[in-house]
Amino acid sequence: MATENTIQLEVSGLRKTFGNDIILNGVDLTVRKGEVVVILGSSGCGKSTLLRCINGLEPTDGGSIRIDGEEVTSGGRNLTQLRQKIGMVFQSYDLFPHKNILDNVTLAPVKVQKRTKDDAREEAEQLLRRVGLWEKRKAYPRELSGGQKQRVAIVRALCMNPEIMLFDEVTAALDPEMVREVLDVMLELAEGGMTMLIVTHEMQFARAVADRIVFLDEGKILENLPAETFFTNPKTQRAKDFLQTFEFRKETS
Amino acid sequence: MALDWEFITKYAPLYVEAAKLTVFIAFWGILLALVVGILCSAAQYYRVPVARQVIAAYIELSRNTPLLVQLFFLYFGLPNLGIVLSGKACAIIGIAFLGGSYMAETLRSGLESIDKSQAESAASLGFGKWLTMKEIIFPQAFAVSVPGICANVIFLIKETSVVSGIALADLMYVAKDLIGLYYQTDEALTMLVIAYLAILLPVSLLATLLERRLRHAGFGN
Repeated sequence: MATENTIQLEVSGLRKTFGNDIILNGVDLTVRKGEVVVILGSSGCGKSTLLRCINGLEPTDGGSIRIDGEEVTSGGRNLTQLRQKIGMVFQSYDLFPHKNILDNVTLAPVKVQKRTKDDAREEAEQLLRRVGLWEKRKAYPRELSGGQKQRVAIVRALCMNPEIMLFDEVTAALDPEMVREVLDVMLELAEGGMTMLIVTHEMQFARAVADRIVFLDEGKILENLPAETFFTNPKTQRAKDFLQTFEFRKETS
Repeated sequence: MALDWEFITKYAPLYVEAAKLTVFIAFWGILLALVVGILCSAAQYYRVPVARQVIAAYIELSRNTPLLVQLFFLYFGLPNLGIVLSGKACAIIGIAFLGGSYMAETLRSGLESIDKSQAESAASLGFGKWLTMKEIIFPQAFAVSVPGICANVIFLIKETSVVSGIALADLMYVAKDLIGLYYQTDEALTMLVIAYLAILLPVSLLATLLERRLRHAGFGN
């Protein structure tokens, strides 16, 4: 699976501040093609900000982000081009409420990549069928459940044929019974060899899907380990404490 | 009150002609007002420097002066600066000047009601700024703004009654004229009310239908 060694994403010395708050304080991270990396950390540690910086949604204050060797942080026209290589799925789905599901999915391929409607539709059908939502193609987002919306959001990003997918707490807003259907789609993607960078609070899912875990604390990467090693034998006390909090929750609930 | 039907049938054609002028001025004035409103609200939404301050000043000036005063300025004032415009042109520009600020404010609140995350998710799909506005933000903002826009349209159609002040033979002008000439106040005013209703009721009905349809498509998350 991870036999290919091409570097897909390279973050080095990334710094990000909001006013006086330092959110990211020199983050170095490399993601290779086909790799699934899960970013863990307590809230406010900068996980989401990191993803948003990688997609150029947040201006950075230092360091560099390279996708396929191309700089993201330089901004400008180049950024729109680069973003087509990066698929991103948000916690709040952010489907386009005035478009039906099929249009939601095909809009960017047609308008941005200038593909033909038929071509985009064909791919959309294939992907929507894969997540079991082809029957809903004429529905509007408001008619869908949270889990369905999130699956559409994933398909929408996939339709652009991105080289790397970013997932920002995509199940955090979902009812527990809908979390599964979304995570299953992501697992399938991972098995299909998609390069993925995932921020999540679903520990069991993280363990199942990740090749590598990156543990972020106070804007710095404290651990960067193979998934199993991280969960069974974390190096830092901070990571141990973090994992402990999940154990504790499990016992008391 | 007995109405003089002979008088009414005799002068009704005058009202028809005047109504045409009223509709003509309203149509072009409102269309221009919409264009002005779209441009101004977009500039404010994107916080374009300088333009933003100029527009803010324009909006205050436009909303806080009466249309009649604006028309007088265009019709009697501008010639002193060497700019001579026809009465019709003045009327259309006046309606656009007044309506532009109302449209701008309505659309701006619509634009601001659209979650920033919509722009972000469009950006993450590779949409540029223009495409995001055209495909994602504006259609939603416009739908949200429709009730306000319809209210503005109706308000502006009624405001055209002021253009008689610069000697344009619109509905109001014809009614005043007939009253002045023949003292047939009841008939002249009845026809005036009916003429305005004939123009405005269909517009109002259309607005209701449009609002209902949009609520039906009712996307709001």
